This record gives sequence, C-alpha cells and structure tokens, in this order.
Amino acid sequence: MWCRGPRLSTYQCSFKPRKAATTSEKRGGVANAIVGSLCLAFGASLLSFLLGLPIAFALQKEYISRRLAQITRLSLDILWGTPSIVYGAFGFIIMVYLGLRASLLGGIIALTLLMLPIMVRSIDEVIRMTPPELKEASYAMGATRIETTFKVVLRQALPGMITGVLLAFGRGIGDAASILFTTGYTDYIPRSLFDPVASLPLAVFFQVATPIPEVQQRAYASALILLIIVLLISVVSRLLSHRYSRHIIR
Amino acid sequence: MVAYGNQKVLQNITVDIPNNQITAIIGPSGCGKTTLLKTLNRLVDLYDEIRVEGEVRIDGADIYDPKADLLNLRKKVGFLSQKPYPLPMSIHDNITFGPRIHRMNRKELLDQIQELEKHIPIDSLCPNGRQEETRHSKTHEMAYLVEYYLRLAGLWEEVRERLHAPAAQLSIGQQQRLALARALAVEPEVILADEPTSALDPISAQLIEKQFKTLKNHYTIVVVTHILRQARRIADYVIFLYLGELVEHGPAEQFFSSPRDERTRAYISGEIS
Repeated sequence: MWCRGPRLSTYQCSFKPRKAATTSEKRGGVANAIVGSLCLAFGASLLSFLLGLPIAFALQKEYISRRLAQITRLSLDILWGTPSIVYGAFGFIIMVYLGLRASLLGGIIALTLLMLPIMVRSIDEVIRMTPPELKEASYAMGATRIETTFKVVLRQALPGMITGVLLAFGRGIGDAASILFTTGYTDYIPRSLFDPVASLPLAVFFQVATPIPEVQQRAYASALILLIIVLLISVVSRLLSHRYSRHIIR
Repeated sequence: MVAYGNQKVLQNITVDIPNNQITAIIGPSGCGKTTLLKTLNRLVDLYDEIRVEGEVRIDGADIYDPKADLLNLRKKVGFLSQKPYPLPMSIHDNITFGPRIHRMNRKELLDQIQELEKHIPIDSLCPNGRQEETRHSKTHEMAYLVEYYLRLAGLWEEVRERLHAPAAQLSIGQQQRLALARALAVEPEVILADEPTSALDPISAQLIEKQFKTLKNHYTIVVVTHILRQARRIADYVIFLYLGELVEHGPAEQFFSSPRDERTRAYISGEIS
C-alpha cells in the first residue's frame, strides 16, 4: 500500500468527481468514496454525540443508582465489543422493516449504533475521573447538581471528551462490515440522505476484488487516503485537546 | 449523632458556636472534626449511607429540616477545604462563579460591596498610593467585586496582571487564598475552614491566619485544626473532640489555661496527639 498507494494518489486520481468508475473502467478517481465516507462518519458522529452525551452524564452517581449504572456500563461494554457485521445485519433488518433502501441514512444509522457505545463509555470514563473534591467545592458554594455538571464537570472533562469523540469517529470512518448492506455503493456523490453512497472501506473492498490491475491499484490509493484521514483526525484531536486543557485541574 | 452506615462517627454533641469570633475545633486525627464541620453546611449529604440525627440551628432555623433551603444555606455558609480546588476556569471566573450561580444582580452586588466597605473599606486594604486606581473600577461591578475580594483575601497584588489566566497555574498558597476570596464573594455569614493551612508553606499559612483575624469581626469563622499552636494563635473559642465525642468547649483563654477534663489536659500537654 505504501509503495503503490502514493503513485496513484495524484490529485487527478483522487478528486475527479462524478466519473469515478470503480469496477470496470480504467480511469476514474475515488472522490465519491472520500465524500461519502466523510458524510457518513460526520453524520454518525454528530448523531451518536447528541444521543451519547446525555447518556454518559446520566450514568453518573448523582443521577441514577449504582446498580443501574453498573448494568448499563456492562451492556455498553458488550456492545462495544460486538463485531460490526452484527450492526450491519441489524441495521439492514431495521431498514427492510422500515421500507428504506440502501442509503446514506441507513449507513448513518448503522454507524451510529456502532459508535454509540464507544462514545458513551469513553465520555463516561473521562467524567468519572473528575476529582470528587472539585465537585464538592462546587456544591459547597451552593451550586445545584445540574450547574455543577455543566459548569464545572463538563469543563474539566472537555479535553477527554474531544478525544473520545474523535476516537469514535476514527472507528466509524474505517468500518466496512456495518455499511456493507446499509449504504449500497454508487459512482456518484449523494445529493440527499436517501441516495446510496460510496465509502472508502467499501471502495477498497470492491476495487481489490476486480481482475483489472489499474483498478486494484486504486484500492491501495483508497486505503492510503483512509489512513491519512484517520491520521489527520488524530492530530486534530491532540491539538484541540491541548487547546482546551488550559484550565483543567490536574 | 452522625453515622456512616453502622459506624458512629459523632455522638452527643451539643454546643453553641459564638458569633463573630474564630472558633477552633481541635482534637487528634480521625476524631470526627471534619465530619462535624461538614454537618454545618450539609456537605455530609454528599456521602453515601450517611445518617444524621439531631438538629443544627443557624439563625434559629434547623438546617436539616426537609423544607430548608439548601442552596441558600450554602450561600450563607462558605467552606474552605484542606487542599484547595480551584474551579477549572480563570481566576476572574472563579470569583464570579458564586455570584453568577446565585443570580446576584447588579443592585445586589453593589449593595453587598457598599455594605462591606462600611466595615472594611477598600482603602484600608490598598497599599498607599493605590487608592485612586480603585475608584475607576467602580463602574464595572464584577471587576470591582473581583478586585475587592481578592484584596480581602490578600491575593490581589500577586494576580492583578493575570486575572484571566487559568487558576490551576497558581501555587497552592495562592489557590487557598483564591478559595477564600471565592467563598467570600457570595457574602456568607459563616466561614468554615477544614485545616486550611495544613497543605501550605509557613508564609502562606501566616497570610491565611492574618486574613482570618481581619475577617472575624464581620464573619463567624469555624476552623478545624490539628495544630494546637495555631488554635492558640487565632482562636477565640475552642471545641475539643475526642473519638467522636465532645469533651470540652469554652473561651480559648480559659480552655488553654485551666482545662477541666483529664483528656483535654492530656491533649494540651502533648500526651495524646
């Protein structure tokens, strides 16, 4: 991949829009897959963050009983470890039941299910690391639970939360099995939530499977691009985390 | 009586804490001093399996009454912990946190500062030549509030150039003074301090003690300390706890010169510590 990928990852190859032919034609790029992957991953991250953050806060001991929190954390840990093909199959059944076709929306739903336990558990762990004396100091001044959670705990946990979100993002963008049945595959860039969408992992999958050597080489380029995206996300996560950790108490 | 689960931590405690004086709660480690302190502003409620029986009255009202206003109580009774924990914000925001959560509006803040100035005018806190500078900040209540309480806590000169720097960058002595300023900013009537100088170097400890002596005319201060000499230095009234029981209490002079109980004598002379 490192040898063959860069050779083909010219601008022309990567960003030629629309005419990205993947299985039969020798020319074409992977712009559809790049855009598709980014749409899927951002959409799923946003949805799982919006759902996951309240759940992570609700797991704290101020809000629910210890027993319930233990059971929930165990369930989420099991869900985190579930193979992604299970999420793909589950998402597919839901789509069939709802009458949806393979689309961006279906992929986002499947990826959200995959990313949710990761998001919740990593944010939960960061919040639990808040020193209890810090919360005590806030309560001692007359803050309510909600005020303490949002004005003190959230600020203290912010760098860790950013890392958690980007961890889930990185996991989601690279996953193939969950979106295999739910997104379909297309040569075009989706114009609505209900269009099928290409993605980088599936691009690699389909391109490697063809007998045409030029197309196979594009697979390596796609894999490299995926790797670069994940690397960029890591770097961005470190920078953001560092920027927001100015005020936190160690 | 206060108990964690089945273990009784405090029992048979009946005492009146005098107004506008420094009361020291002394005793060996593990005798329930901190627990007693935390019952005074209901911080013990945060612990699991805590049971409190009896009454704690502040201004005549029992604070453990189910109908009591907890947030108002904690506004009235400020708390300084042993190791200071600044909030994860700038120095300025740390001080304004209290007034903001209690939704103190402009008028209240100005009234509060004016009230305080009658007793401790900012001129007396300012070193010579700085008085003129303070006058111009009266137009911005929050900035004036921050400056006033930082001066009151003895921290202003050290942080005036970096009010928006993270509070976590301060030294531990400065953090404790910041905690004092933070507690004062909501205009409490009582200040509780749990071994406030034990984590500090001698110079910072001296500064805190000096501030307490300045503040005692306007606030009721209750200090837990295991340093007997500190109690001798600053206390007006002393409460001695031993193994969760109230052994003796009284005005400091009388307590140290002629203790009534055998255990008190042993503690003061250093036989038990």
